Amino acid sequence: MHLDAVSDDQDWAVGLATMLRRAGVTVGTGQVIACERALTTLTAADQVDRYWAGRACLVSDPDDLVTYDRVFRAYEGTPVDLQTPATDDPTEDGGVDAGSDAGPPMDPGPTFGDDEVAVAGAVASERERLRHRRFDAMDDEERQDVDRILARLRVAVPRRRSRRTGPGRRGELDLPRTLDRALRSDGELFDRAWRAPRTRPRRFVLVLDVSGSMAGHARAMLRFALAARRTADRELARRVEVFAFGTRLTRLSDALSARDPDAAIAAAARHVVDWDGGTRIGSSIDELVRRWAPRGVLRGSVVVICSDGLERGDPAQLAASMARLRRHAHRILWVNPLAGDDRFVPNQRGMAAALPYVDGLLAGDTLAGLERVADVLAGGSVPSPAAPVPSPVDPGRWLRTVGGDRREGPR
Amino acid sequence: MADRPADPAGLVQALEQRAYLADRGLATAMHLAMKLGRPLLLEGDAGVGKTEAARTLAAVLDAELVRLQCHEGLDRSQALYAWDHPRQLLHLRALEASGDRPADHESDLYDERFLLERPLLRALRRGDRAVLLVDEIDRADDEFEAFLLELLSDFQITIPELGTVTAPSRPVVMLTSNRTRELSDALKRRCLYHWIDHPTVEREAAIVRARAPEVPDQVATRVAELVARLRTLGLYKPPGVAETIDWAGVLADVDELDAQGLVDTLGVVVKDHDDLEVVRAAVDELLAS
Repeated sequence: MHLDAVSDDQDWAVGLATMLRRAGVTVGTGQVIACERALTTLTAADQVDRYWAGRACLVSDPDDLVTYDRVFRAYEGTPVDLQTPATDDPTEDGGVDAGSDAGPPMDPGPTFGDDEVAVAGAVASERERLRHRRFDAMDDEERQDVDRILARLRVAVPRRRSRRTGPGRRGELDLPRTLDRALRSDGELFDRAWRAPRTRPRRFVLVLDVSGSMAGHARAMLRFALAARRTADRELARRVEVFAFGTRLTRLSDALSARDPDAAIAAAARHVVDWDGGTRIGSSIDELVRRWAPRGVLRGSVVVICSDGLERGDPAQLAASMARLRRHAHRILWVNPLAGDDRFVPNQRGMAAALPYVDGLLAGDTLAGLERVADVLAGGSVPSPAAPVPSPVDPGRWLRTVGGDRREGPR
Repeated sequence: MADRPADPAGLVQALEQRAYLADRGLATAMHLAMKLGRPLLLEGDAGVGKTEAARTLAAVLDAELVRLQCHEGLDRSQALYAWDHPRQLLHLRALEASGDRPADHESDLYDERFLLERPLLRALRRGDRAVLLVDEIDRADDEFEAFLLELLSDFQITIPELGTVTAPSRPVVMLTSNRTRELSDALKRRCLYHWIDHPTVEREAAIVRARAPEVPDQVATRVAELVARLRTLGLYKPPGVAETIDWAGVLADVDELDAQGLVDTLGVVVKDHDDLEVVRAAVDELLAS
């Protein structure tokens, strides 16, 4: 509409970027400059050109495309006839002021002081007292104590052989290093260097039920995932994925780096839990497999599902999606706080449907329980007898899988 | 060098001559990537033609396609350059046999002729005679991403034993990602971005006609319609354009596509057991049109 000179291009790009930012899209200054230059490059740019140039330069996430379309329409102020509509968004009409109904507001999140003030001795006794207290029965103070203890929990996952090699005592000849050594001895090959395959930790995928009844436990499990991220093993830290579900599934992994994990989980719960509060485990797992398996997130991973197994949807769908997950994952653990009760029998419709595909069912409803989850996760031994851990449903089955790992044959 | 298309419309035409049907958005993005000297980040479902876009652009520009397939643990020796150690060893031996002290010839060992060029170095040296395709960048590690970012701003690298290599001109750089993880904001901001959607039925039919001229028009249209419907069934692995082309080729001689014919050839487009079940159950629905 108003493109005669360079300064107009500038104004146009800056104006569009400003409105996009107001609508919640992140736009860097470099991108705005690129957009100006793009418009200058496209001589006699028409509306279609402007649309695509703006889109290529200012948007870098497919989730923002709908917003872009809306903002662009509002910005141009005229009906936009595009060759190919990028995204259909029939609910929105043209002239809406984009600023007013902006995208999801950033959750403000109270600041979270990292108060590491625990004294070692105190922690030990505190820990004993807290170890067997159920997460959902804790008061705020206890919760904070538990957070501190959980932050120190050592979390490890099984490792797999990597394609890369590192210095080793045996294996293949390491030519580059051998050559280096040979140079030092005038080209004589006295000392040969070897390399062997390295190992790397498997991906750790945590799938959290954040519906109302699970809130206390989900919170603790999230701390568990954070502990995994904080481990000394940098490779594992990068391989922690967290998903939250209620009636739908959402990915929490990026929120893990947020200052306040509780705010992250609350935001996720608002997003995926409907007012009726029902949990659809089957369709959530299905979505997990459908969206994330093709991207390689689940392949060979260790999956921990944390849910009370009270399925509102069709158990047959849960069984089908679990079977599918089974084929992608290396190992699946189910953490069910209800299993903390000695009288627990996994006969709820959902739990019963999922059980055949699960390698282990654990309670994880107390600190002691989570310690055991960490143990089992690491492929570890039977937990110490001092901890009166509610017995898993079929310990024999789990022990067999821990001992003889059926997927890790010699390759 | 071939004449470069002057505007997006020209690029659409040039690509079309090479049987790649790009829409205006993709053409504009590629055009701008060349004009502004910025990398273009392409995202989209598997099989929408991200890699093919780079390949065809290279053909249009009469440039070499230099492809770097990313994977976990991609390192310098695979992405940038490596030294040919066996040949260096042989060289050492030869020096020894001639009675020289190999230590005096250490610098000989790091000569151009022992350098193995990997994709990034190759693209850098060729400059705008290359289209650099960094495929599935999301699979590489963060560290590599950071390195790439640096390379893409300076277009030069330093090989300690040889010196600094600077690109004579900027190669066209295209990156693809399947979004297994978020790329760093810094990288995204440096790139132009385009999301490739599945083509519309008309466009997909046109693609089939362009890629498989032996397929009759009505078959191409029919297959494109069917594939578009398959994509609405919520399959685990929705068919890509390549599958559509294959399927059209298989069905080229079939006069009237019935349920049996569809089921028999389904394996060409649907490659997942559970998906097959879903499609088989919906065959009648699919054919009713």
